[in-house]
Amino acid sequence: RVSGIQHRQTASYPAHSVLFIFRILLLAGVNQPDSPSSPFPPSPPPPSQSSSPPAMSIFEYNGSAVVAMVGKNCFAIASDRRLGVQLQTVATDFQRVFKIHDKLYIGLSGLGTDAQTLYQRLVFRHKLYQLREERDMKPETFASLVSALLYEKRFGPYFCQPVIAGLRENNEPFICTMDCIGAKELAKDFVVSGTAAESLYGACESMYKPDMEPEELFETISQALRSSVDRDCLSGWGGYVLIVTPTEVRESVIKGRMD
Amino acid sequence: LTRVWPCELSIKRTLKRKKANGPTSPRWGKPGTKPPPRSFLLPQSNPDSLLQLHIRDSGEQQIEATKAPLLVALAPSPHSDQVRALVTRPMAGSMDLPTKGGFDFGLCRRNQMLAEKQGLKIPGFLKTGTTIVGLVFKDGVVLGADTRATEGPIVADKNCEKIHFMAPNIYCCGAGTAADTEAVTDMVSSQLQLHRYATGRESRVVTALTLLKSHLFKYQGHVSAALVLGGVDCTGPHLHTVYPHGSTDTLPFATMGSGSLAAMSVFESKFKEGLTREEGIELVAEAISAGIFNDLGSGSNVDVCVITKGKTEYLRNHLLPNPRTYNSSKGYSFTKGQTEILSTKITQLKPNVEVAEGGDAMEE
Repeated sequence: RVSGIQHRQTASYPAHSVLFIFRILLLAGVNQPDSPSSPFPPSPPPPSQSSSPPAMSIFEYNGSAVVAMVGKNCFAIASDRRLGVQLQTVATDFQRVFKIHDKLYIGLSGLGTDAQTLYQRLVFRHKLYQLREERDMKPETFASLVSALLYEKRFGPYFCQPVIAGLRENNEPFICTMDCIGAKELAKDFVVSGTAAESLYGACESMYKPDMEPEELFETISQALRSSVDRDCLSGWGGYVLIVTPTEVRESVIKGRMD
Repeated sequence: LTRVWPCELSIKRTLKRKKANGPTSPRWGKPGTKPPPRSFLLPQSNPDSLLQLHIRDSGEQQIEATKAPLLVALAPSPHSDQVRALVTRPMAGSMDLPTKGGFDFGLCRRNQMLAEKQGLKIPGFLKTGTTIVGLVFKDGVVLGADTRATEGPIVADKNCEKIHFMAPNIYCCGAGTAADTEAVTDMVSSQLQLHRYATGRESRVVTALTLLKSHLFKYQGHVSAALVLGGVDCTGPHLHTVYPHGSTDTLPFATMGSGSLAAMSVFESKFKEGLTREEGIELVAEAISAGIFNDLGSGSNVDVCVITKGKTEYLRNHLLPNPRTYNSSKGYSFTKGQTEILSTKITQLKPNVEVAEGGDAMEE
């Protein structure tokens, strides 16, 4: 049993969660410099009980890492496989990347229960769409649907950050990520989310090359995922990588450090 | 020559139809009918005390002050039990029906429980700690914005779009929470389109302004979108700023966002009335660059949008003062098979089967 003393205090607070306490009124629109961009995080609040670990962000409750990358007429989406309850690991085969249709996948990082609920709602909406329109949803349309669903819960959000990856009609890859209230962020190269997001940004930024073939893309995304989750306590325990090309879908479980 | 406006035609048609149909019963005001009950909730700093307003009913019954205090709320605070009880919609069985619009507060109670009991902190959102500017020049309006989206101290998007389309002659820059600016500008843009269909005229900037400010005021600043709205309509060029609580200003030049002071310093020293188009674009680009280089929340590239009567030019990535020059030419190259794989599953995707439109035995 890992006690609260053994882990390094400085490493257990990823900056993005500590710096952003839920203060919507203190925003960049007011005519004063944005105070949350100060380099030093504020001290964490005292724990509610003496025996429980220090207060964590809701995103760090389960731990997650999801990344998607664009290649030449293909895309790759990968996630880690750990499910934990704060610092204790509960499962090592948790599914975070879900299929919507043959050429559209969504990876949901953040709170595990919200990820599963959101996936069920999205699959329901997509099935209704398929019945009405008699075809599959385009990735851009699906991204708008997810964004609307998340923004609807603006004041009581799902604690999920989706990563959407799909192939368009002309087999051009499409990737996009959102924050937990649906602010879409389209990218041409890679998108990341989860507790290991900062390490993933760094790894992908250096390892990514445009127009990679599927085999090379697989190696790149696997190495980026493995090196990033190795620097994050809350994610890891192997990896699940999915490469989608116009003709086939390749799912692989990759070996990683089990700590 | 008498001109008939499209709206007049539809009014004449409606009057003809009503005469033909005969008198129909009014929805309410008839003796015996009661108006539908209205219950709203007021925003309060102290959510437990509910202000009582007295609204005179337009039907035959008048509500007396003592008999029926109505609770009027514009921005429900998620922390009040009474608010949640009135606002939460009843569960429609296990079906997830498409909603009728507006916000859904179903998860507020659970999130509050997570925050209190488990001691978990609620996460932050994607913000556009930003520099957005607008100025009025001789023939119209120039809007400018940087392209960085931040999530805490991390740059989430190096090239996002902050100048949103409202109408062909009206554009809006947004700062604050990214989801709020996008949602609010999309919503008002749709409302403006419907208004254009209904009136048959080009949208006016003040229409967009009023729709934005009334929505933001209704949510009392919780929808944190700070906007610079600019456009040219039949009454001339207009530039407005909208604050998250719903107040607005009408100005010849305006800046918003975390980089607004840096940009305003450039405007205050160099702005003059009657600038030409080139001078206006240059001044806006200079102001945004001041924000990019001096404010940590803004960065990457400069987007510019020039709106004149009858023509709008959106210069996406007008300036790229921060190119990525440190790439190594070789990059990383991993040999095939370097990653250890535990298991693989390959699924072949079948191409979609096209059903030929031909004579079939089943068809008539």
